[in-house]
Amino acid sequence: MTYDIQAVGESQGIAEPTDVVAAVAQKQIEGKSPWVLALRRLRRDRAAMICLGVIILIVACAIGAPIFAELTGHGNMQQFTNTGLTPAGTPIGPNGTFLLGTDDLGRDLLVRIAYGARISLFVGVVATAVTVIGGTVIGLAAGYFGGLVDSILARFMDWLLAVPFLLFAITLFSVAVVHPIFGFIGPGLPIVIIVLGFFGWASIGRLVRGQVLSIKEKEYIEAARALGAGPWRIMFVDILPNLLAPLIVYSTLLIPATIVGEATLSFLGVGVQPPTADWGQMISDASSIFLYGPWWYLLFPSLALLFTTLAFNIFGDGVRDAFDPRGDLYV
Amino acid sequence: MTHETAGATAITPSSGDVLLRVDNLVKYFPVKSSKLIQSQHEFVHAVEGVSLEVRRGETLGLVGETGCGKSTLARCVARLYPVTSGKIWFDGQDITKLKPRQMRPLRRDIQMIFQDPYGSLNPRRRVGSIIGDPFSIHHTAKGEDRKKKVQHLMELVGLNPEHFNRFPAEFSGGQRQRIGVARALAFNPKLIICDEPVSALDVSIQAQILNLLSDLQRELGLTYVFIAHDLSVVRHVSNRVAVMYLGKIAEQAPAEEMWNHPRHPYTDALLSAVPLPDPEHANQRERIILAGDVPSPINPPSGCRFHPRCPKARQTCVAEEPELITRLGDDSEHLAACHFPVEDGEDISLSKPAIAEDQRVVESGLIAGA
Repeated sequence: MTYDIQAVGESQGIAEPTDVVAAVAQKQIEGKSPWVLALRRLRRDRAAMICLGVIILIVACAIGAPIFAELTGHGNMQQFTNTGLTPAGTPIGPNGTFLLGTDDLGRDLLVRIAYGARISLFVGVVATAVTVIGGTVIGLAAGYFGGLVDSILARFMDWLLAVPFLLFAITLFSVAVVHPIFGFIGPGLPIVIIVLGFFGWASIGRLVRGQVLSIKEKEYIEAARALGAGPWRIMFVDILPNLLAPLIVYSTLLIPATIVGEATLSFLGVGVQPPTADWGQMISDASSIFLYGPWWYLLFPSLALLFTTLAFNIFGDGVRDAFDPRGDLYV
Repeated sequence: MTHETAGATAITPSSGDVLLRVDNLVKYFPVKSSKLIQSQHEFVHAVEGVSLEVRRGETLGLVGETGCGKSTLARCVARLYPVTSGKIWFDGQDITKLKPRQMRPLRRDIQMIFQDPYGSLNPRRRVGSIIGDPFSIHHTAKGEDRKKKVQHLMELVGLNPEHFNRFPAEFSGGQRQRIGVARALAFNPKLIICDEPVSALDVSIQAQILNLLSDLQRELGLTYVFIAHDLSVVRHVSNRVAVMYLGKIAEQAPAEEMWNHPRHPYTDALLSAVPLPDPEHANQRERIILAGDVPSPINPPSGCRFHPRCPKARQTCVAEEPELITRLGDDSEHLAACHFPVEDGEDISLSKPAIAEDQRVVESGLIAGA
């Protein structure tokens, strides 16, 4: 099949000069993907970059928690009944040995906050991943297949969003103390992730479903069907790339919410169990003895939680501005 | 609705040169009522009993107002919509009830070019992978091989093959439509359905795309079903033209014949609305202005569907549906569905309907003005 391009119009006029020039042209012809452009915008956002720095610092603290223990010589569960408590048995304030003071059992607060970051970040990331993956797959299926599948899934999501999350979580915890869920999941970290994931996916499922409903009416989806593409290919090759931007934005904003959720559960005593170091639990313990003087016990874990969620939130805002400069998304 | 399931192979209508035959095709869309419990379904009668043939190598133009069912008809033929009743024969094979899996190999032979060059290309994917889609869906080419084929297609439609790594947003409307054409050409299809391929483009770009399409037709022996609402475009590209009104074919004829001797008053009215380049000539011409709007396809009028707006309407038009047959001794290629066809030289802007306003049945069961 030979074809005269010039006869068609919109002349191309691409001559073939030297190899060097051709190579340069080749480089320019590569289109900038929306990702590259979004990352470039994100890099220019100073607030987001500072917060990214804070996040990296917190992650480093979490990973390097044993280093804190090593440097101070205080294990995270070690109780210093002689040096870490006053003769009356109350915590002692920040000093040369205990930089951030001690808690009511004479443990080093600095080391425990560093270890607590591990739980917060782990739950934040894992529960968010569970939420996003589950919500995306279910939302895609509901939006694309429509009909009965959609009716059932959408009503289930509505139901899930209507269930009071904390009451359910507390009940589930009480049940799990007596009867481990599925026979082996007792109280502790796994149940926190399950609860947060189970109650989190519905909102993202709704978001994805709504986007899919509008995307699947686009002509390029019809074009894919006309080419013979099956439902799976259309869902994951044609629709999903259009959803990645809202999903990334939503995920970064969901992480701090999940961290707060985990802290809430632990604060209420239905999350991570002692003696594991956890911010929510520390705030809970501190609040009961705060009136007697040890302000540091309440202040430092709260600040850790505050800065972590603040950093993630501002970074998430930056990601949203970078990926969605026109504000199409209602995240 | 007739369901003739017995003996599917009994009738083979393909007479060699007929590539596509549509037989009494009906497509209804259910209308969802806002009531909580749906007791009664209403239907949009999008396509109602359309029969037509497309011959190998020709271009069949399909014209009509927005909402007359031409795009629905096209999507039914491409099997993007399930058909309510009727039959579609493609290349001698009944494809009406084929399952998606059985339809897959045929997808290579029936391709579509879409109206909106912005909506028909996935904005998140590179042009190379959009044009390469047919190859990866049908697992016929991979990697370097696919890239080579994609670049060949890009060259074929007049795009710079070096641009395969770009995104659709980096192209102009005309170039995007070329991308759509390239994608449709991947398997050298027998039939290409062009759903208003130029109506979203500038006039100068329209000409380029139309020339590209006709050059490709000559080069590759393609057959087109060309949908448009611009009559001058259709006249330019089509061998034969079918005019649709409210889900039915009003008139069907070879393009020049249609222009010179329109038989259906609707066709006549459409032709009188075509802009003329010569203003003096245009001023002399009497435009036929139709009364009212297109009636709702949920409850189409009885008899001839055009009668509520037709200047020549009589009592017969309300009561009896006209057949699509030859009228006034035209040759067998020229069919019109009208009881009182327009004679050559007749000026229908002078005629007055012979029935009173309240006798016109706009919606079945309802009398207009009552």
